[in-house]
Amino acid sequence: MKYKKTEILEKIGFSIVTLCIIVMLLFLGLILYFITVRGIKVISWEFLTQQPRSGMTEGGIAPAIVGTFYLTLGAILFAVPIGVGCAIYLNEYTPKNIILNLLRISVNNLAGIPSIIFGLFGLAVFVKLFRFGVSILSGSLTLGILILPSIISASQETLMAIPNSLREASLALGATKWQTIKKIVVPAALPGILTGIILSTGRAAGETAAILFTAAAFYVKGFPGSIFSEVMALPYHIYGLMTEGIYPDKQISIAYGCALILMFLVLIISAIAIYFRQKQRRTYYG
Amino acid sequence: MGKNYIIKESIYRWIFGLLAFTSLIFLLGITITLFSESLPLFKHYPLKNFLSGRYWYPTYDPPEFGALPLILASLMVTAGAMLVCIPLGIGSALYLNELASHKQRAVLKPLIEILASIPSIVYGFFGMVIVAPFIQKLFHLPTGLTALTGSLILGIMGTPTVASLAEDAISFVPRSFREASLALGANRWQTIVKVILPSASSGIFTAIILGISRAIGETMTVLMVTGGSAIIPKSFFQPVRPITSTIAAEMGETVMGSLHYNALFALGLLLFLITLIFNILAEFISSRHRIKLGAGR
Amino acid sequence: MADVQIKIENLNFFYGKFHCLKNISMDIYKNSVTAIIGPSGCGKSTFIRLFNRMNDLIPGTRAEGAIYLDNENILSLETDVVELRRKVGMVFQKPNPFPKSIFRNVSYGLEIHNIKERTYIENRVKEALQKSALWDEVKNRLNDSALMLSGGQQQRLCIARCLAVEPEVILFDEPCASLDPISTKRIEELITELKKSYTIVIVTHNMQQAARVSDYTAFLYLGELIEYGPTDRIFTVPSNTRTEEYLSGKFG
Repeated sequence: MKYKKTEILEKIGFSIVTLCIIVMLLFLGLILYFITVRGIKVISWEFLTQQPRSGMTEGGIAPAIVGTFYLTLGAILFAVPIGVGCAIYLNEYTPKNIILNLLRISVNNLAGIPSIIFGLFGLAVFVKLFRFGVSILSGSLTLGILILPSIISASQETLMAIPNSLREASLALGATKWQTIKKIVVPAALPGILTGIILSTGRAAGETAAILFTAAAFYVKGFPGSIFSEVMALPYHIYGLMTEGIYPDKQISIAYGCALILMFLVLIISAIAIYFRQKQRRTYYG
Repeated sequence: MGKNYIIKESIYRWIFGLLAFTSLIFLLGITITLFSESLPLFKHYPLKNFLSGRYWYPTYDPPEFGALPLILASLMVTAGAMLVCIPLGIGSALYLNELASHKQRAVLKPLIEILASIPSIVYGFFGMVIVAPFIQKLFHLPTGLTALTGSLILGIMGTPTVASLAEDAISFVPRSFREASLALGANRWQTIVKVILPSASSGIFTAIILGISRAIGETMTVLMVTGGSAIIPKSFFQPVRPITSTIAAEMGETVMGSLHYNALFALGLLLFLITLIFNILAEFISSRHRIKLGAGR
Repeated sequence: MADVQIKIENLNFFYGKFHCLKNISMDIYKNSVTAIIGPSGCGKSTFIRLFNRMNDLIPGTRAEGAIYLDNENILSLETDVVELRRKVGMVFQKPNPFPKSIFRNVSYGLEIHNIKERTYIENRVKEALQKSALWDEVKNRLNDSALMLSGGQQQRLCIARCLAVEPEVILFDEPCASLDPISTKRIEELITELKKSYTIVIVTHNMQQAARVSDYTAFLYLGELIEYGPTDRIFTVPSNTRTEEYLSGKFG
């Protein structure tokens, strides 16, 4: 059998392309594998529900889980009304082009800012200027601003996909614009908006750099008492275990446990969101 | 019911308008904060020295705030990461689009998207406990925490994102282009190289630029795996300290309002401007791309 | 048959710089069906969308002249658009039920006008569904999603939705364009039935349909009202050559 040069080239090209995706999946697989295999050893009911003991070498990580929950919840509570409201304004109230572009550009640029810069902003404004201190409040607000652009984009995309005929049908019946938004547009867009919110939840839960100077502490005794308390958080705890403390060797295995829990938390959250999105794409009418 | 709904309607309009403007307010707020917190530095330490100084000794007396080693480290690690993530990302995108069966695609696309959501701290941790010792042994280095390790982890981390974005760009190429090429007797690979990639090029460039901008701003990964010595980097096998990890590592130790604090904000400002340029560039290319292909789906 | 419901005087409509409707004057009579025919792009839909001010939603449009409904110029800035749209209902080209239950689709119009009494709403929904000849098909599944109905049923649901708010005028914008012949026939029968209580304006592409259902026919061509009169006369002895050419299929 004799191959032409172009056919050999095609074979080589396709092999390289296949190799690329294999390498990528292999690496990602390795991460999942190592963290799962080594992390699963330390995970127990006690690990999930107890306070850390003996200088971070024993006990559990409950305060870090609770802290991450509070921070994420706070971020969502802050960002969702603003983000969804912004998307509604951009899509339903169709402002003049110049305002539309100005807002679109700010959302896009906000989305591209590195998270450490949000951390600096949170430090200067929430911690220092507003005197909220290093606290759940400061951290939640910072994380909220961080996830705001993705909530806006996701909501806007969904609103755009709502067929205009539904809005017209409602208005033609004598509904006002607000009634149309409240009773027709938002309910129809709700699944898509929720998907966007779920994805952002995952992002907020895993974010470290933004809470580094605004909320997180390596060790806080007991559970947080108010929104002005410093908190432990899962992602920061991993970093702390690797860089602080006095028993680095013993801390590593706990860090594996934390990493496993954080990773699965985030993966499950985004898997749910992406599953929902696939389903919506299939069932959408119009 | 009369006309009083009209007042209610305009109140709602105003509320939503105000909510919409918060994103602009936050963007301006971030810009103003970065400037106002970093400007005090330049009263005592000239901007020129900040940008070109070779020594970052923030705690010496007198302190030195030469950011050049940090800037170079950031560029170096990012460039290395791109060497990993551009070929892998584009290759994977091509596989998904050209070779994958329908079933494979249905599984791999969402899988890659899900994997893209793994938090950076997990990558950093993995790099620190698995990859760094491996690299240390492989190259017989004094430490495995090097620019190379950072590039590798950052590259892998960016691959799913670049792959997703590039895949979108490739699938946006009208099918008629492909069919025209195949009908002329070109084989699939020639079609990819000569038709698909060039038509998708601006979309792929956008993906790459966004990848660069994200890599340069990534903090936790580089903080954990690049070792952190603030000297001018000479090779990939030595520890380096990029801009982001400097901010993250040192902010905790500074006194608020000190010169060091201002210097870290100045680094933030620098980073902000760099990523801003990349984002504007990406926006520009992708908007031109949209015009070029039009609604030609 | 002489009661005028809508009086149109020197109506001009612009889409940006494009002069879309040119100096139209005509009367639309109470309890009759008026068909608007003409080739696509002649401004038929734009024309009836002025009767309930739906064109307000399109930026860059401007109307001049007057449309009188109950002696009020509805194009005036003072018109309460919400009140107007309650009086002038509309059924669209493509069935557009809300992604809600069958019941909620019909009750929606009442809900938004702040009617809350349950039994009253139930009666009105039933009445509307009966009038739109859908009641027998859906009475046992009022809580099912409206999206599960067939295209023809969906369109009759949209008619019921419109009837529930008790309009005076109903605008039909090519209501059968996306329906099969059997569903089309049912909608046509319905329109004939409805004209006893409502004034109906229907835009249609289909000249046979215009001939079958309407009492009056207006022929629009390139934004101009070429001819308007009783349907029988327009279809048998058109006075304008362009009408004749269109009706005989020479263009369109």
